[in-house]
This record gives sequence, C-alpha cells and structure tokens, in this order.
Amino acid sequence: MSRTHVSCNINGDDVEFLCDAGESLLDALRDEMRLMGAKEGCGTGDCGACSILMDGRLQCSCLIFAPEADGAAIVTVEGIADGDHLHPLQQCFLEGAALQCGVCTPGFLVAAKALLDRNPDPTETEVRYALAGNLCRCTGYDKIIRSVLAAADRMKEEVAG
Amino acid sequence: MTITEQRPSYRYVGTRPVRHDGLDKVVGKARYAADLVLPGMLYGHILRSPHAHARIVDIDTSVAEAMPGVRAVITGADFPDLPADDPERNMTRNLMARDKVLYEGHAVAAVAAATRRQARDAAEAIEVTYEVLPHTLDILEAMEPGAPLLHDDILTTGLDSEPSEPSNVANRTCYERGDIEQGFASADVVVEGEFLTKPIHQGYIEPHACVADTGQDGKTVIWCSSQGHFRVRSQTAAMLGWDTSRIKVIPAEIGGGFGGKTTIYLEPLAVELSARAGRPVKMVMSRDEVFRATGPTPGSVIRVKLGATGDGRITAAKAWLAYESGAFPGVWAMLGCMCVVSPYNVENFLIEGFEVVVNKPVNAAYRAPSAPMAAFATDTLVDEIARRLDMDPIDLRLLNCPSAGDQAPYGPKWPLIGLRECLEAIRDSEHYRSAPAAGHGRGVASGFWFNIGEASSATVNLNENGTATVVTGSPDIGGSRASMALMAAEELGIDVHAIQPVVGDTEVVGFTDVTEGSRATFATGMAVVEACRDLKGQLRGRAARMWDCDVEDVEWADGRATHSGGEHEPLALADITAEAGRTGGPLGATASLNARGAGPAFSVQVTDVSVDDETGRVTVERYTTAQDAGTAIHPDYVEGQMQGGVVQGIGWALNEEYIHDADGVMENPGFLDYRIPVASDLPMIETIIVEVPNPNHPYGVRGVGEVGIVPPLPALANAIHDATDARIRELPMSPPRVLAAINSGNGA
Ligand code: FES
Ligand code: FES
Repeated sequence: MSRTHVSCNINGDDVEFLCDAGESLLDALRDEMRLMGAKEGCGTGDCGACSILMDGRLQCSCLIFAPEADGAAIVTVEGIADGDHLHPLQQCFLEGAALQCGVCTPGFLVAAKALLDRNPDPTETEVRYALAGNLCRCTGYDKIIRSVLAAADRMKEEVAG
Repeated sequence: MTITEQRPSYRYVGTRPVRHDGLDKVVGKARYAADLVLPGMLYGHILRSPHAHARIVDIDTSVAEAMPGVRAVITGADFPDLPADDPERNMTRNLMARDKVLYEGHAVAAVAAATRRQARDAAEAIEVTYEVLPHTLDILEAMEPGAPLLHDDILTTGLDSEPSEPSNVANRTCYERGDIEQGFASADVVVEGEFLTKPIHQGYIEPHACVADTGQDGKTVIWCSSQGHFRVRSQTAAMLGWDTSRIKVIPAEIGGGFGGKTTIYLEPLAVELSARAGRPVKMVMSRDEVFRATGPTPGSVIRVKLGATGDGRITAAKAWLAYESGAFPGVWAMLGCMCVVSPYNVENFLIEGFEVVVNKPVNAAYRAPSAPMAAFATDTLVDEIARRLDMDPIDLRLLNCPSAGDQAPYGPKWPLIGLRECLEAIRDSEHYRSAPAAGHGRGVASGFWFNIGEASSATVNLNENGTATVVTGSPDIGGSRASMALMAAEELGIDVHAIQPVVGDTEVVGFTDVTEGSRATFATGMAVVEACRDLKGQLRGRAARMWDCDVEDVEWADGRATHSGGEHEPLALADITAEAGRTGGPLGATASLNARGAGPAFSVQVTDVSVDDETGRVTVERYTTAQDAGTAIHPDYVEGQMQGGVVQGIGWALNEEYIHDADGVMENPGFLDYRIPVASDLPMIETIIVEVPNPNHPYGVRGVGEVGIVPPLPALANAIHDATDARIRELPMSPPRVLAAINSGNGA
C-alpha cells in the first residue's frame, strides 16, 4: 500500500511524515512522530485522552485521519509549555494535585487550554461542561476543576499585572 | 477539612508538596507501557471467542502464518497445561482458552506481526471451529440444578455434606453467631429485601499494555502496566512453566488500576510470541477488549433481613449473598460475607455466601471488592429502620457502632477504629446541619473495608550530596511515591524534594506484594521508615567516627547529628555523606517486612440529590465524605482517593452496568454505552479527613484507597427514596428504573 505524505506544523515545528491513508492522526503522532503525550484510552472519540488542538480547535486525534492534518497547525500536550516555562494550567495541575495516574492529564490540559483560549473567565459549570468529553477515572474531577479555575485566575492576574 | 484526634505534629508528614513524578505527567513525558518502542518491535493481536460457551473443535492457523509480516502464531496448546490442583491453573486458562471458551472475548490465539494491521488481519484469518454449548449468564439460574455447567470438576465446598454432582456453585461461606431466632423475636421492627447489582468495570483509562523482549539466552524482560510487577513475574512464569529467575519485570507508569491490574492478561502471550519471533513484541488492548476480557466486579443477588428494638438497637441480621465470579471462581462471596454487617454491632447473625460461575469475563478485584454491593443491601435497610423508628440515621448508626474490643462479625476483635469519629464528623458537618434544598432528598450511608498489610521491601541510599533515593517495589497508582518521600523526609530530616522516590523493577528491589488492599502507604511506607531508621543509626556511627567519640554520645534529630556534650558543631546529613568514603563507604539500608495490623477503614457519606420526575434522571447536588485515614501523609492524595472512590461509587449507583444479549455477547463494550461519570454530572466532592492514628504504623497510617467506593450505592438509594418515596433495590438507578419505581409508587 502506498503511503501518504503529510506536511504540517506540530507544536511550532514544520514537520513531514508518511502515513497510511486510513491511519488515525493519533497513531501518526505516536508511531511516526514519536510524540507519546496524546494517549489512546478508547480509539472511538469517547474519552478525550487523545485530545489535540488542530488549527486552534479541540479534536480527538483518534477520530481524525492522519492525511487530514496536511497543512494544519497542531498542538499536543508537549507543545503547551513555553520552553521550560510551564503553562499556568500545568503549574496549577501540579499544585492542585489534579492528577493521580496521569494518563488522562494530557487530554485535560489540552481541552482546558482550548477552553481558556476562548473563555478566559469560565464559571465552574462552564469548566465542567467544557471538560465533559474528557474521562478521568481516578480523581472524581474535583481537583481538576479547581485547578482549571485557579489557572484562569492566575492568567487573569498575569494579564492584569 | 481534616479532623485530627491526637497525633504528634510533623514537619513533612501531612504537608502537600508537588509530587515528584508530576512534572513528567503534565508535559506528556511520563512513560506508560503503550509508549515504549523498541528496535525491531512487533505488534501482537489476540483472537477472541465470539461465543459465550463453546467447545474448541479445531484451530487452523496455517493461513494466518503465511500472511505478510506475520512472525509468530500461538494457541493454548503452546503453553503447558497445569495440573488441576495448581493455584494458577484457572489464571492460565483465562489467558488462553483450552478445550472450551467460557465467555465472549475469551482469548483463543495470538499473532505477532510487523504492523498492528498485519497482526489484526492475521488473527482474523485464524480459523476456529466451535461446537457451541448452552450458556448461563444469570446467577440464580446458574445455581439451579440442570443449569449449563461451565466446569465439570466444581464440587461445592463448605456445604454440610459433600455434593456428588458438579455445579456452578464453587463454595459456600458461612458466618454465624448468637441465636438468630431469639434476635428476631426480640425485635420491634423487622425489615428485609432483595438487592440486585450487575457486573461493572474498573474503567481505568489506560488499557492493558505490555512489551516483552525475549532473548536467545532464554530470559525475558517485560515492561508493563501493573499494580504488582512481582506478581506479573510469578504468574507469567507459571503460565510459561519457567523459572521466575528468567523473567525481569519493569513497571511502567500505570494509567489506573483500581484492582483490575492485580492480575495479568497479556504478558505470557507477549513473552511466548517474542521468543518465537526473536523480536520484542508489544501488546495493547483496545477498549473493547478491556471490557470484554478483563475483570469486571461481580454482579450479585443479596437478601438481607434486619431486626431492631424500638429504641434502635439492631438485634439480628440474616444475610444470603450470591456473587457471580465470571468464568472461574474467585473469593468474592466470602469477602461480601465478611463486610455485610461489619459497620454494626450485631449479637445474632447468620450470613451465608455463594460463589457462582457464569459465562462472563473472569472477575478481578475492584476497589474494596464485594463490599459495596453488601453495603447497598444493609445500609438501605438500616435507613428503613431509621424511618420506621423516626430516628436520625446517624444517631441510629452511632447507637450500633462498634469500637475497639468489640468482636467483628468475621471473627477478630476490632482494633482502634474510627467509625464513630466518621459518623460524628458527618453529623457535625455544615452539610448535614443544613437542611436539604427544597425538593432535594438526602441519604446517608457508611462503609467498611479491611485494608491489608503483606510483604514489602524498600532500599534507601544516601547520595554523596546529602540527598536520598528511596526505591520500593510498589507501583504508584495514586501518589504513593510522594507519600514514601514524605515519610523518608520526616525520618531523615531532609527536604522532601531532596528525596527521589523510585519504583524499582523485580531485580533491583526486594519482593513486594501487589499494590492492592490499600496497602502501599501502610506496608511499603513501613519498610521505608524501617530502612531510614537503620540509616539514622549508621549516620550516628559515622558522626562518632568523624568526631572520634562514642556513638552513644551522638544524637540524631532534625536531620543532623549533635554531640551530647556539645563538644562538636552539629553535622548535617550532607556533611556526613560527603565524608562517607573516609568513614566506611556509602550509606544505604534495606528493609523487607511482612506488615501486620493494617487498620480497618471506615467511611461515612451524605448526599443530596434531585430527581427529575419526568425522566427519572438523578442529579447529585451535594456530596460530603468523611473517612478515617489514620494519618494523612499527603492530604491532597488522601482527598483524591476519597473523591475518586466516591465518584466511582456514583457511577456504579446511577449508570454503569454490563449489558449482555441473550447469546451472552456484551452489548456496551465502549465508553459511549458504558457511561462512567463525567465532570458535568457532578458537584465538588467535599472531604473530611478523619485521623484516628493506626497504632501499628510508625506514623499511624491506614490505607485510604478503597473504602470510599462503599457508601455511595446505599447513600444514593437512600437519597432517592427521601426525594421520591421510591425504594430502589436494583442497580443501576438509571432514569428508566427510577421513573418506573416512582410511577409504581413502591415506597417503603
Ligand atoms: S482515544 Fe480518542 S477519545 Fe479516547
Ligand atoms: S488521573 Fe487517572 S484517569 Fe485521570
């Protein structure tokens, strides 16, 4: 089977890779690009562990065919921090103990970033609905929601300060 | 909130530092088993049974073997058949069917090929000829004489007389005390009911995964997602017929387990495929496989009858419990029997349990296994007694509350326990003291779990710069590394981030039992403390050498050696490690122990719900949980365990269930149709950590991982009743069931 050539930008880097036409973007990220941050919890769009931003939109990478990424700008969990400087969400997740096993964490961080990019001042209910596509079996969500709200506050302070 | 009875104040224990493994997890660097890639690695795929029960007549692998990329194909015949009395025999027959398939999803053959797709295509090309057999899916039906038999060698144990015919009932467990007739005769109120629950899945977000690399020297290295890599080693060895010394198991980060990763599914298959192919083999389950072939927790039928005096004292309990174990027997009914009335002092009881095999996946442990179903029955009936007597449900529980010295229903005398303190914590909480909002219903329940000790090992090495490395054999499934570091910091008197906690593989650290039974912080923590105390003795010795004085004149406190006569400037730990080369070499200590005296865990919870009387949908409006942690080493992760347990219980109570069609095929093997709670379903989960220190642990730790899942089932049932007058005795309390109950006006 001939392989499809894809050019795109991932976490700020222009990259090229070959993939099978039917391969998911999640598999391409993991198998071709060796970016292991996005996880497969289900492969059917139900858990959000594979969440990425594609041209600024939150997507389940397991539901996207890799060739669809041609020309797109993709952000994975590996691209959220600014060099060594953690994103406030990452910092607040650490300080707020928002992870136990951590396998859902990459997806939550990406989904929460998508929320805060579009709504810097969400209510608890808005956070809960924005993250309803991400499953966490460990935490009961409490500390995740609090950490996202704390990150929003911190980002507002940074803007104000 | 933390309510502390009386404990010493600590410098590190009880603080909330950022966990050591956290950074890797928020930047996407943490390595889970599915993330590992080795040069030349192949992919494995398993062919699974489409039938709930069938005889395997023939397996033809010839087409598959000739397909592109295929390097190895294996079936059950490639593994030794263990003798009938081998304790691991059922495990091996679960991992690869022999003679018969016993549930839909039972593994029949496996392939290793160059790509995932090639492996899957080849597995599908294996031709299996089945003779389909009648199956049984329902516990009560499976118990009937004449039901289709899964095994022809199960003779029920624990009966008064040994049966002559095989059945699906593996054993009967019985606990009895006092005079039950007399107990009911002295009761003013008697309540009873039958309670039904379905199998549900642990639902960890990371599917099972492993990589095995078998060399020509006959040794293998396994990287895997497991709660216990020493058990992976022993079970893999048993299935392969190998000596354990040929197997090294390296624990990867684990993406949730909750009991479901205390046994193995993939590892011996990957090792065998790797041995045949001469290449590393990775196996990763799909979510569908996780549901169909890995351990749900049992479905159950539980009948309980309770009697109480007019002033609320429980006089008698009768319980009949049947747990379905899936295709091979487990210990689930016995555990249920041990838990069913444990939060209550009852003088007269008869508790009988039956372990029943059915054509469903083999059950695995799930967080306080068997206790939630039992509590669902008992704590719903206790609520009925409170209503009949017009008593506050917490007062009723306090009146019947066991404390140290009382005899637990399953035999031993209770040690120091914190049930009373948890009841009082809920009674005095702001939540309980404020009335539920108009239209909301309130429910209360309590729960018990044993906690266990078992074997643990730890090695603590002091580095030349005054930092320490703590190596243990306990996979970290919920923040235990941070707890180990905190206890070591407290002992050694150095900063918690000067300590690097590590989970060691099977060759670098001593034997350690599985992370289960809420034991890691308790038992492995004890080993860490013991090793640190050994080191403190060594540090005093080294200081004595440096000062050329008697070791008796050296004291160790706050991370430094001081001279009792004040003749020398104190030495910090780093001062001593820097000189270690001149005073006797590196400083390190190892402790291996069998921990005893894991303090029993109790939790008491209150919830307010609203029920939509048009759809039957239940919304959890408010939830507060109190739990005795003994001592909370890292309160964030104690709260996390409490909250996680509660939410799993909420999912179990309201949504989750295995649904099988008439042929025994699972109909909802994905997160779309098997719906676990999501963020928008829930309120914040308020926590009250109660600390009644466990006298058997140097810092008073009790396990905290499990008991939180026990009370939500009855607490929600009681709250729904309070809101609607409908008593629901079957889970899940999903909208159709709640609506039907409301409409039938089945108030009790
Ligand atoms: S793996 Fe993509 S949503 Fe679950
Ligand atoms: S932290 Fe384990 S699934 Fe979220």
